[in-house]
Amino acid sequence: MNWVWSNLDLIWDRTLDHLVLSVPPIILSFLIALPLGWLANRYRISRGIILTAGGLLYAIPSFPLFVVLPLIVGISIRSPLNLIIALTLYGIALLVRVVADGLASVDADTRQSATAVGFSTWSAFWQVDLPLAGPVLLAGLRVVAVSTVSLATVGAVIGVQSLGSLFTDGFQRGIQEEIITGIVLSVALALFFDWALVMLGRLAMPWTRRGSRKTRSPGGPAVQSEPDLVRTATR
Amino acid sequence: MIEYRSVTKQFPDGTLAVEDFSLVLPSRQTTVFVGSSGSGKTTLLRMINRMVDPTSGTIEIDGVDIATLAPVNLRRSIGYVMQNSGLLPHRTVVNNVATVPLLRGVPRQKARENALALLDTVGLDRSLADRYPSQLSGGQQQRVGVARGLAVDPNILLMDEPFGAVDPIVRAELQQELRRLQVELDKTVVFVTHDIEEAFLLGDQVVILRTGGQIAQVGTPSEILANPADEFVASFVGADRGKRALHFENHNGSDILVDSEGRIAGVIETDAAASVPPPQSVSESKAGSVSGSGAPAQGGDQR
Repeated sequence: MNWVWSNLDLIWDRTLDHLVLSVPPIILSFLIALPLGWLANRYRISRGIILTAGGLLYAIPSFPLFVVLPLIVGISIRSPLNLIIALTLYGIALLVRVVADGLASVDADTRQSATAVGFSTWSAFWQVDLPLAGPVLLAGLRVVAVSTVSLATVGAVIGVQSLGSLFTDGFQRGIQEEIITGIVLSVALALFFDWALVMLGRLAMPWTRRGSRKTRSPGGPAVQSEPDLVRTATR
Repeated sequence: MIEYRSVTKQFPDGTLAVEDFSLVLPSRQTTVFVGSSGSGKTTLLRMINRMVDPTSGTIEIDGVDIATLAPVNLRRSIGYVMQNSGLLPHRTVVNNVATVPLLRGVPRQKARENALALLDTVGLDRSLADRYPSQLSGGQQQRVGVARGLAVDPNILLMDEPFGAVDPIVRAELQQELRRLQVELDKTVVFVTHDIEEAFLLGDQVVILRTGGQIAQVGTPSEILANPADEFVASFVGADRGKRALHFENHNGSDILVDSEGRIAGVIETDAAASVPPPQSVSESKAGSVSGSGAPAQGGDQR
């Protein structure tokens, strides 16, 4: 533990670096995936194209991407921006499908009734589709958050500072404590993001918290159990 | 007043849902479209708020061709109640009721107050206001649906089989509530159902539809029951099977009203002046063995 106590400043700096590398991609990939996922869900043709492109994008190994990307964008390979862009791309690849599936999961009756009472396409997207797709989006975001935090460590290999630098440095200099610190903090950061997203979800989607006391068979006729009758009568 | 003028609707797959349909729906009355599936009744209803646009023909509301109106604004001015309530599962009861006023820019506080008042109107306790739809029974959800339909105080209320998915006891309760609301609120109601009893109970004007949106007969419930236009109508309302024929039987000196299947439908009140009682009193004293046996005539004579 001596190494840890004497290098708290370094650990704190690398943690901040890691945050700078991982938070923007999580937010950016979500914002960019939203319209793409909407488009994928909206039209049959765009669905095929966008989802296939997303799948291919995710299939690109990270290291070659880090090398090729600077050539395309025109930045230094060691620039944090390089890593942020790469991680954003991976996030988009995962989230496009999640957004499309989430929007598709919204009950058709609910959508139709929203249209019938006068929601415009725009207001229905923000006030009906998006919140109701929320649970699926949240599940996808949690995966992306965790994978982004772990992928960000790879940046150390190309010289972008992050918690990953602690284990590359530890390996080179043979400091076991440094390696372990890097691993533990990466995992802790991933868990923290995951927890934060769950909390955010609870705040943003209060209706998923409260226990639904009754399961209605969708579209099925006249299924109301006895206790419901009693409740109706007693209230 | 809503008027259909030679309206035809052909869906992209070639199905002719409605063909050359013309009809006037009088203001402040309830018109019920009744027919089996495939009769085009829901299509006819959805054409009024432009959920479906006709292939040819026009629909006018108070003389204005609705094709000239923006669909979203039109829908916000017309109440809509559907089967399975169609409530937004992520909004509380009070916010569901306030949905359309909020879309129309009514301040949040005022919209909430109005919504709470509407819960009273449809017979729901205000303590339910902050629950989510999934926490309510089917009947309660349907009441919230009606309250939402009334929230902008529309002249027209469209109801698409609103009581189709609740059990018979709750349905009867909701039907009575709707009759009360009709008297109280005086809206132009367009109601779709496949249940002829419901149509006769609620409708001032009943439109019996054949396949393809063809009108088999239009009239008040009593007109239709007294003079079914043809065999199709007679069979639809059950007159051909003698189902609605009632006769007297004398038991120990008092007259008992018996239906075609020999079940007791009610007793004849002896102090009634007329030897043949008006249908209204029959239904009021009905024994309940035959559901709604006297109700059709009652619905027609109501106003």
